[in-house]
Amino acid sequence: MSTENLTANLYLLTPEFVLAGFALLVFVLDLFLPDERKDLLGWLSVLGLIGIAILSIAMLVGVDESLYNGLLAVDEYALFFKVFFIGIGVFVILSSIDYVRQYLNHPGEFYGLLLFSVLGMNLMAMSRELLTAYISLELLSFSLYVMVAYALGSPKSNEASLKYIIIGAVSSAILLYGISMVYSTLGVTRFADIGEELKVAGDVSPALWAGLALIVAGLGFKLAAVPFHMWAPDVYEGAPLPITAYLAIASKAAAFALVLRLLAEAFVPVADRWDQWQIILVVLSALSMLVGNLVALAQRNLKRLMAYSSVGHVGYILAGTAVLSTDSLLGANGVIFYLVGYSVTSMVVFAALIAFFNATGQEEIVDLAGLADRQPFLAMAIAIGLFSLSGLPIFVGFTIKFYLFTAVANEGYLWLAGLAILTSLISLYYYLQVIRQMYIQPALAAPAEGGGDSSGDAVVDETEAEGIPAGVDEHTHTAAHHEPSSEYVPLPRPSVALIAVVFLGLVATVGLGVYPAPLLELVESASAAVMQGG
Amino acid sequence: MNSFDQSALLLTILVPLAGAVLSMFLPRNRPNDAWYFAIFVSAITLVISLFLFVGYDFAAGGYQFVRVYEWLDEPLNIDLHLAMDGIAATLVLLNGIVLFGAVLISQTIKHRSRDFFVLLLALGSGVFGVFVAQDLFFLFFFYELAVLPMYLLIGVWGSSTIFEADRQRLWGIPLPFDLGSYNRPKEYGAMKLMLVLVGGSVLIWVGILAMYVASDQFGSPTFSMQILGELSKEGAFSPTFQNWVFPLFMIGFGVLAGLWPFHTWSPDGHVAAPTGVSMLHAGVLMKLGAFGIIRVGMVLLPEGAEAWMPVLIVLGTVNVVYGAISAMSQRDLKYIIGYSSVSHMGYVIMGIATLHPVGLTGAVLQMFSHGIMTALMFAMVGAIYERTHVRDITILNGLMKRMGFASFFFAIAGLASLGLPGLSGFVAEFMVFTGAFKTYLPFAILAVIGAALTAIYILRLLARTFFGEADPRWEGLTDASPVEKTVGAAFVLILLFVGVWPAPFTRVINVGVDSVMSLF
Repeated sequence: MSTENLTANLYLLTPEFVLAGFALLVFVLDLFLPDERKDLLGWLSVLGLIGIAILSIAMLVGVDESLYNGLLAVDEYALFFKVFFIGIGVFVILSSIDYVRQYLNHPGEFYGLLLFSVLGMNLMAMSRELLTAYISLELLSFSLYVMVAYALGSPKSNEASLKYIIIGAVSSAILLYGISMVYSTLGVTRFADIGEELKVAGDVSPALWAGLALIVAGLGFKLAAVPFHMWAPDVYEGAPLPITAYLAIASKAAAFALVLRLLAEAFVPVADRWDQWQIILVVLSALSMLVGNLVALAQRNLKRLMAYSSVGHVGYILAGTAVLSTDSLLGANGVIFYLVGYSVTSMVVFAALIAFFNATGQEEIVDLAGLADRQPFLAMAIAIGLFSLSGLPIFVGFTIKFYLFTAVANEGYLWLAGLAILTSLISLYYYLQVIRQMYIQPALAAPAEGGGDSSGDAVVDETEAEGIPAGVDEHTHTAAHHEPSSEYVPLPRPSVALIAVVFLGLVATVGLGVYPAPLLELVESASAAVMQGG
Repeated sequence: MNSFDQSALLLTILVPLAGAVLSMFLPRNRPNDAWYFAIFVSAITLVISLFLFVGYDFAAGGYQFVRVYEWLDEPLNIDLHLAMDGIAATLVLLNGIVLFGAVLISQTIKHRSRDFFVLLLALGSGVFGVFVAQDLFFLFFFYELAVLPMYLLIGVWGSSTIFEADRQRLWGIPLPFDLGSYNRPKEYGAMKLMLVLVGGSVLIWVGILAMYVASDQFGSPTFSMQILGELSKEGAFSPTFQNWVFPLFMIGFGVLAGLWPFHTWSPDGHVAAPTGVSMLHAGVLMKLGAFGIIRVGMVLLPEGAEAWMPVLIVLGTVNVVYGAISAMSQRDLKYIIGYSSVSHMGYVIMGIATLHPVGLTGAVLQMFSHGIMTALMFAMVGAIYERTHVRDITILNGLMKRMGFASFFFAIAGLASLGLPGLSGFVAEFMVFTGAFKTYLPFAILAVIGAALTAIYILRLLARTFFGEADPRWEGLTDASPVEKTVGAAFVLILLFVGVWPAPFTRVINVGVDSVMSLF
């Protein structure tokens, strides 16, 4: 193992180095920018991320190499997720700029931390060795710990952060302990080597069993799969809304990117054992679907609802990971496709909720009452997003579910696919409750006369002061047209960035639902890269 | 075949869908614009569907207007494969007509009318898709697309029902307990309909996946109904497999067809829905269910169908009799029509279950005939309710004097529904009975009794509500608007046409039915 081996193709890491440098640059710039111009950092981060995505594509298409003696992979799979995570980063930043300005202090660090977490996610998709994976995961987690606590004044945010740090630390410790036990029994930590060792090992020793179980538990916490999901609702509820979105979308996708490679390189090739180990994933999957969707029925808070619903979606994706196999790409395709479709749809819902929160400061389901009259575009976006999440066409939610469940059924788990379909039906009920609030319930009465001290009015004033036209257009006419008795306050129009995120998300939600072939080609090349081993 | 011929089927799906998308960009505060635009779009689809029906070459038979568009490659292999046989041709025409009528009737929708027509057109597009899709993926895709808009259509634009306390009597006999008056809000109907229908589609989805997996043993797995049909003919699917998968389709699709005991969503949904949606829903959407049983269940799993038909005939007969008895005990006009739909879908189900060419032809003709007559009834009830704000038949009376046209149209539809010779219902029901007499005699007799019950509640309704003494409170009523008259007259003419000269329909339907029956 000579040093040339280690540095020969180091240039392949250029995007990561650039990203790390860029994140530091944002931290530094933050010191020099006056408070009222911190928005620039957000826009700069977006531009930087887009630049890095273009750089990665230009450099790395068709590359399939290993770095540092097989610790990091630079292949189509890593590239796909890199671009995907950067995309999520861009959309989350775009949808949080207003929120950060209105509700949070220290915007500079916010964007810097977000960039670091994107770096952590990229490395998670690249790592093919347990300790590298662990470190990348920690890079992501530490950024998230801080960002969850970002609403300084809010006790809920602090509580959530504390919970998240403690549980995150415990799960990291569990994961690390599992890694050490695997290393002590097999003597290797690279995924592919673990696979080789398992193939030749006669009996699996109890220590190895324990190690693997601990790794499953550790990763289960990160994924928020049942029974390791208890932290998720509280943390989602307490975190600032854009960070909730980030947790629900990005950190989940990154953890799955890691799990998928781990399974594909270390466990799936061990054909006879994999058949038995599938059971563990199947059980986790079935539990997550059931518990996530059933408990979501009882939620009143939008963030908690999305938290439990995301637990349910983790269940579906886990079902996909359980049916990975060496002879068919269907399972791997299904998982990656589902991750993309789920992220796109959730982005729409969360961006619209952020816009709603920016205007009203509310986040309970009942607060959405009459949104279809107050801000029709947001209502439509949320409704389409929720229909998509519940798996109805012509939205991407239907297509990804059909694809993934077909993969699950095709590997002999028809009952699991059936359970997934049934729990999707359950999810439809609670999604419809939200839609009912927006479209059927009349808007709550206008706030009592007597000064604009309610939060809604304050926000209207603020946006008007900044020159963004408030929603003064046709609402007044429609109000005159019907039911003059039901008075409602139109919401100010969301900012351009938010509208752009929602609109692009909607286009993708419908576009991928109707014509997913181009995306699936990319997905296929990614899953081919990872399933065929390094 | 010219290029229009080739893409006509795709156009039936795309035109309403594109119309829905374009409608989103209309101004929000001018309800008439949305209506005019929807009329324009649905008129185009009506013309296309007429063209398809007339252009279907019944002498040649089989699937026509075939077009395959590649959609997904390996490993899933899904094509957008469109084609139309005689059965589908009839139903495509039905959807074209009812969609156009429903759009016209919805002139009265002023509140958020743009959104209303977006959803209505999307629904129409989904229905066309189900009739012409030849791939299980797309069939299911369009099936769900047709169900999706219902929740909002009913929830936002529907109406709630209040049952008053003195309703606690059954056929005049007071109930031993008092339930008091209660409210059945429109959200209830909307939610119930949505969950039950999507619940049915859970079974369908599992059935589709089971077919896909089962076809894996013969080369590559597939969703293509053509390939699956050929596999089935070669005996690829074992009887055991067929016996457990067929009920998934039978019940899954049956839910939408109003199959007893999964029918309760249907009256509640129809009553809560706004007029145009009730028309489309009872007129066309319920037919999707029956169509699915034929197209997916019977064609792909003939042995399973044969094994389960005795069950289906029992359920169908219960539908007929139970639906009629329930309709008799209702006082709400819309509930009466709702239950009569359940009863009439029973004839369709019975016709399917006979597995007899005449019975099956009757079932398909009944789908068409019932689609038109029930749409007409809902349209006229909508017109009456619009003016009186009452649907209680003990309060409404003597409407003939005030609303002559509306009452006349309703009466014709009612007579068609009780099977008066000369109107379409008679032909269709007669064929179903013929089929049933040849196969399941006792059930045929029960069904005829059901038809007699229909006569009772329809005639009682006509006598009391339309021909009785008029209450002075109805003096100021205006008759149907020009739009309502147009729709009413057109639909009555269709009922008469089919009743007097059913051959143009039966000869097209026969071609489709023969190819289905050749499997048995």
